[in-house]
Amino acid sequence: MALIVVIVECPTQCRVVTKALSDMSRNFSSSNPNPARGGIRVTGFARLSLVILTLVAITSLAFAALAPFSSPSEPVATERKREARFAVEIHKPDSPPLVEIGLNDENGNPITATCATCHANREPDPSVRTVEDLKSFHRELVIDHGKLSCFSCHNSADYSSLKLADGTRVEFTEVMQLCAQCHGPQMKDYENGVHGGMVGHWDLSRGPQQKNNCVDCHRPHAPQFPRMIPTFKPDDRFLDKHVPPVPESAPDLIHE
Amino acid sequence: MFPPYLRAHRTSFMNNHAENPDGPTPSSGNDQDLLPILNQPTTRRTALKAVGAALGLAAFGKAISPLASIPENVSVDEFLQQHYKELSDDDKERIFARLEQETKESYGADVTISDHRPIPGVRFAYAINLSKCNGNGKCMEACHLENNHHRGVDQSYIRVLELPKGTLDMEEGNTTFDHTVPQEDKFYMPVQCQQCDNPPCVTVCPVEATWKEDDGIVVVDYNWCIGCRYCEAACPYHARRFNWEQPEIPAEEVNPDQGYLSNRVRPQGTMEKCHFCLHRTREGRLPACLEACPTGARVFGDLNDPDSPINYVLQNKRVFVLKEELGTRPSFFYFFD
Repeated sequence: MALIVVIVECPTQCRVVTKALSDMSRNFSSSNPNPARGGIRVTGFARLSLVILTLVAITSLAFAALAPFSSPSEPVATERKREARFAVEIHKPDSPPLVEIGLNDENGNPITATCATCHANREPDPSVRTVEDLKSFHRELVIDHGKLSCFSCHNSADYSSLKLADGTRVEFTEVMQLCAQCHGPQMKDYENGVHGGMVGHWDLSRGPQQKNNCVDCHRPHAPQFPRMIPTFKPDDRFLDKHVPPVPESAPDLIHE
Repeated sequence: MFPPYLRAHRTSFMNNHAENPDGPTPSSGNDQDLLPILNQPTTRRTALKAVGAALGLAAFGKAISPLASIPENVSVDEFLQQHYKELSDDDKERIFARLEQETKESYGADVTISDHRPIPGVRFAYAINLSKCNGNGKCMEACHLENNHHRGVDQSYIRVLELPKGTLDMEEGNTTFDHTVPQEDKFYMPVQCQQCDNPPCVTVCPVEATWKEDDGIVVVDYNWCIGCRYCEAACPYHARRFNWEQPEIPAEEVNPDQGYLSNRVRPQGTMEKCHFCLHRTREGRLPACLEACPTGARVFGDLNDPDSPINYVLQNKRVFVLKEELGTRPSFFYFFD
């Protein structure tokens, strides 16, 4: 049994071992000084052992050949995945969004309104494509999102929702469907856990994971990720080529 | 029966007893009984014997001298503690209780030190999307807070390098940039322990205080480390850190969720390194640096799970490893997309 285990683990050695054993038995049978009855028996034994060794070798080679297809870690991984009972929870935006109308209440807090509050009694103007085309409201918006116009995403039939390129209504909470129309590669990465960041568990059999949606990190009107200022820096001069100048007190220390 | 030199010795010893049947006299008998060599005439042989005895005593004293000079901040229990791999469950329970007690005394914080073992069948790997990383350094800060680093030097296991576009040589990097990121002509590469499959730091350790575990994480037994810093010199990624000082951490900032091989407060004079937050990841949670990353550049997962994010990266992105030519075989990958 131990021999088989060794052979399975290293197919190259198996051939060497088998060859050595068969050489041994051949030498044994040929070096027998009495070629009579005993010789025949020994030869028979040698043949039998050769047959057994060949069988062992074939079995072990078959095992060795199949080994790459039965990785020992695979069953564990699939088992854990089957147990996966926690979900990836994707944060959803508020719906419908509230817009500041530019006025404050008596406490000084900005007054907000839903889109439909104003747009319910305003006719949509399809000629408006950019902020410059607007005569009032929303003129402070910074738009930097390709060549999209307002009605590429906003639903003129119902301002409390968005619309896909084919006109299908989509809720603000399902904004990722809208983004994914153009940003397929990012969506594919996102679905595979490689875009968007996450917190919680990597192992869903042990706990849930929370993820952002598109507009948590990217402003829909100007989606490029913002520039940042680093706030934390280890006191670590390694690899730093810009050696700080020697402080003025240093020469005094040398003199002392 | 006895060789001549012993016979003489034996005779004088017996004679002394015969002269003092009631016991040795306090004045001279003690010396004669305990060290009969003193009662012999001064010959070259006795002189050499005395010198030999003195040298033997001195050597013995020197050999046991470390016992007499245990540093003040090391308790006897700690001094006599065995290597982590040789500890029984009872030993661990006792040692963890002692360490928790010491943390309470030194830092005033109630902490729990646990023994996190690898999850069977799991093999961890990490990847960073350098197209997304913008060098903001939130990962360094998260590591600093999570892993109970020394506040005095803002220690962290991660270094974010700012590199000029056009090179992948990490030695060209700069760590002390403090301007708005990202700069147009730069890219940013966080470097931490690469959890090599062929780790030079483990090979050079003279006391086997660092080793690679089954899930791929290279760990350090901080109580076994002698602080020789060979591993720091051997690591081509400059990923190991040395505790020059006893870490200072305000009580309210000590992370109480601690692991013996990971983020417990390290003693002064020992080496430490990134351990993929094993006190979190071996419980199925994500590493602290990944959770903190605002750009979503970091990917972590199980290499043995074919559907894990890390395998998606390896199969769909053009990944590279740092200093591949050294043959360290990192479990840490970088990619642009």
